[in-house]
Amino acid sequence: MNDLDATPPLMRVQSLSCAYGKRNVVRDISFDLWPGEVLAIVGESGSGKTTLLNAVAARHTPSAGHVSFDLRHQGLQNIYEMSEAQRRMLARTDWGFVHQNAADGLRMNVSAGANVSERLMALGQRHYGQLREQAIDWLERVEISPTRIDDRPNTFSGGMRQRLQIARNLITQPRLVFMDEPTSGLDVSVQAKLLDMMRTLTRQMNLAAIVVTHDLAVARLLAQRMLVMQNGEAVETGLTDQVLDDPQHPYTQLLVSSVLQP
Amino acid sequence: MPLNELVELAPVRDPQINFAYLDERTKRMIRRAILKAVAIPGYQVPFGSREMPLPYGWGTGGIQVTASIIGPSDVLKVIDQGSDDTVNAVNIRRFFQRTTGVVVTTDTTAASIIQTRHRIPETPLQEGQVLVYQVPVPEPMQRLEPREEETRKLHALQEYGLMHVNLFEDLAHYGHISSTYDYPVLVNGRYIMSPSPIPKFDNPKMHQNPALQLFGAGREKRIYAVPPYTNVESLGFEDHPFEVQRWQAVCELCGSNESFLDEVIMDDQGKKMFVCSDSDYCGKRQVAA
Amino acid sequence: MYVAVKGGETAILNSYELLAQQRRGDPNVPELSVAQIRQQLRLSVDRVMTEGSVYDPQLAALAIKQSAGDLVEAIFLLRAYRATLPRLGYTQPLNTAGMHIARRISAAFKDLPGGQVLGPTYDYTQRLLDFSLLATGKAAPEARTAPVNNEPTPRVVDLLNHESLLEGQLPEEGDPDPFDLTRQPVRFPANRSARLQNLARADEGFLLAMAYSTQRGYSESHPFVGEIRFGTVDVCIVPEELGFEISVGDIPVTECQMINQFQGSQTQPPQFTRGYGLAFGHSERKAMAMALVDRALRADELGETVTAPAQMQEFVMSHSDSLESSGFVQHLKLPHYVDFQSELELVRKMRQSHALPKDDHASE
Repeated sequence: MNDLDATPPLMRVQSLSCAYGKRNVVRDISFDLWPGEVLAIVGESGSGKTTLLNAVAARHTPSAGHVSFDLRHQGLQNIYEMSEAQRRMLARTDWGFVHQNAADGLRMNVSAGANVSERLMALGQRHYGQLREQAIDWLERVEISPTRIDDRPNTFSGGMRQRLQIARNLITQPRLVFMDEPTSGLDVSVQAKLLDMMRTLTRQMNLAAIVVTHDLAVARLLAQRMLVMQNGEAVETGLTDQVLDDPQHPYTQLLVSSVLQP
Repeated sequence: MPLNELVELAPVRDPQINFAYLDERTKRMIRRAILKAVAIPGYQVPFGSREMPLPYGWGTGGIQVTASIIGPSDVLKVIDQGSDDTVNAVNIRRFFQRTTGVVVTTDTTAASIIQTRHRIPETPLQEGQVLVYQVPVPEPMQRLEPREEETRKLHALQEYGLMHVNLFEDLAHYGHISSTYDYPVLVNGRYIMSPSPIPKFDNPKMHQNPALQLFGAGREKRIYAVPPYTNVESLGFEDHPFEVQRWQAVCELCGSNESFLDEVIMDDQGKKMFVCSDSDYCGKRQVAA
Repeated sequence: MYVAVKGGETAILNSYELLAQQRRGDPNVPELSVAQIRQQLRLSVDRVMTEGSVYDPQLAALAIKQSAGDLVEAIFLLRAYRATLPRLGYTQPLNTAGMHIARRISAAFKDLPGGQVLGPTYDYTQRLLDFSLLATGKAAPEARTAPVNNEPTPRVVDLLNHESLLEGQLPEEGDPDPFDLTRQPVRFPANRSARLQNLARADEGFLLAMAYSTQRGYSESHPFVGEIRFGTVDVCIVPEELGFEISVGDIPVTECQMINQFQGSQTQPPQFTRGYGLAFGHSERKAMAMALVDRALRADELGETVTAPAQMQEFVMSHSDSLESSGFVQHLKLPHYVDFQSELELVRKMRQSHALPKDDHASE
């Protein structure tokens, strides 16, 4: 921690390890995340990056290490020492989680409007007209036509579903959003639009994010900092541009060189 | 049916069976559950439901609650769909006559215990009366989330967003809320509860009622309660508040325009007529007229 | 002039009379005796006792007579009766290893100590209707005394245990009392004793379907019949006044041990895993189905991914009891006209607004 700067990090991860049986899937990972900062966790499949994401998002209990989050009025708290009630509240308000498969992060059998307003209703809002207005506002911000507000997500395209998922998560103005391969499985042009929108929103809302991806272009576009994982370990971290333009670790060099340059 | 006819056909108290059928230890267990339920209005208390001589799904929960609280000096009324004379109400009333020998009545004001399926009597209840509801599905969120392990957490953490999503959907698709019976309520500002499949018309009667309201679900093994003078609010939105049903017709037998009306088909041309669902209320009004 | 429907009481009494007539059938045909049911509908009696949760062939036979052969109804009668019985005490665990064997087979081994004893079974009959049974008065088959088998008949699971090939079934730490779901409601996740009790009382048809589903790919286990044994076991209690074990009689039971694919973790070498089934009387289908479902429900415990309904505790255990399922399904016969009235009114209202031009709130 920077002695000169009294602001604590938004999230602090210390010596985090996760095991499945005897196999260590995540080994001794540490990093800090600051408000408004986007961190990309990059690696191939099997690198442990999704497990790491789940561990810091309180969805998978680590076998060693600590994860702390800066609660609004209480400072850094270890998320695994909180009560389940507190964690669930956090997940609904100050955090967002965007799944790779939108169907995992949406209620597919209720309307887009209900999907977007659910968090507000969970927080006690009870005016249907106002809820609907806010839902319309957010659908517009993620570039979904408000005429689709009563339609169910199973009538939406993949890109639309992702945008709906984002709206559903951002409506409570969270400070931190976790994203698991948010654009994979989508057409290249759709991906580009989505990434552009995500970049705009994160800047506008001063959103911090941890984005897991195997795609270096996603990291380049969205993240200020990057962490490269191989076999559960962080082999290189640093500013995204620096790491991509001048990779130090052989594995990073391999990753970078194998990406087709435009 | 006139009371004296009821008495003529009534089964005799069977001395071989313990008073109210259940053994005393079971009654004690159920009473403890009831006390806990009264202490936490709207909270579903699990209890060790026993097999009863009526099938699960047919009122065993209500019967076990009544059997645990009934004493020799109680006066019992049993109704189903508002009527004392439907076969299910008759069957349950006979069960209690056979196992307790208590006085039975069709008069709402004379009863100390009223066991009911799917209606609240029109005649307002008083302090000292107990209304025992038969509940098929105690969990109001069961259709949205069938896992009890999860709904238990939602209740504990007061995470009721799911219920409101459901209402929101109704408004979005129909312009109004589509539940017409078993309409969920918030009890004492804390727990969301299923009032049992009473028509939403009856929901307002639960609010600040002077009587004790007990709810028994035998198959699902839960008991819950609304103590006297407790707040019971039906869920809704500020700009789409809860509304009761209204009829354009009045009761053809007694003229009431305030009670819940049953529709009766008169002929094969589809001609209909409306009569009060609550047989005691209707009968008294006819006599008074 | 419309008169409100009355006469529920009379209707019920009349229906009792009609029911009694239906149950008796043609009065010229000799009445069925409880003893005949007990002797000659033995397998029905066994099922009713198992699911009724009471070992009493006489009462089970009576229930079958009273319910005119509807076994689910008979099970209901027996359970309702059981609910009135005081609990005098608990027996010691049955020692099935010491069973007096009438039938004992293992599919996992060709031969084994104690041998493969076929015993009485339909398994190797051809299912052709035997019209000679239409006539009565046929001489009863001569009672054959089975050759006395003095060979010890250890359980297959105990044999496999010598090499530690099969997971041990040790009591939980502290050896807690088994859960009794007739006294307390089950809460999920349920422990194994609660699950086994639920399965023992479960409707055979439901359990069979669940078991079948595990064999058709809706689960991970590859089962073998380690052993099925049928015979009588002693029932023992330890009365407080005596302080030692005495036998209070013996009962016939069927026990099935299923052996399933081997597991292994970093701390334990691979072993076979088990499923267990037990039923009163001669009830192989039930015991086998129970063993398959028991194993499937151990998915969480054994670290397997839960993908199939048979592995889901809440699904299996909430729907296995025939009293609950039959009661709730059939409760739909009860009057629901008040709820239906509400629905009628709503549909009419919706049809009216459907015909009108749309307003802001209705969907486009």
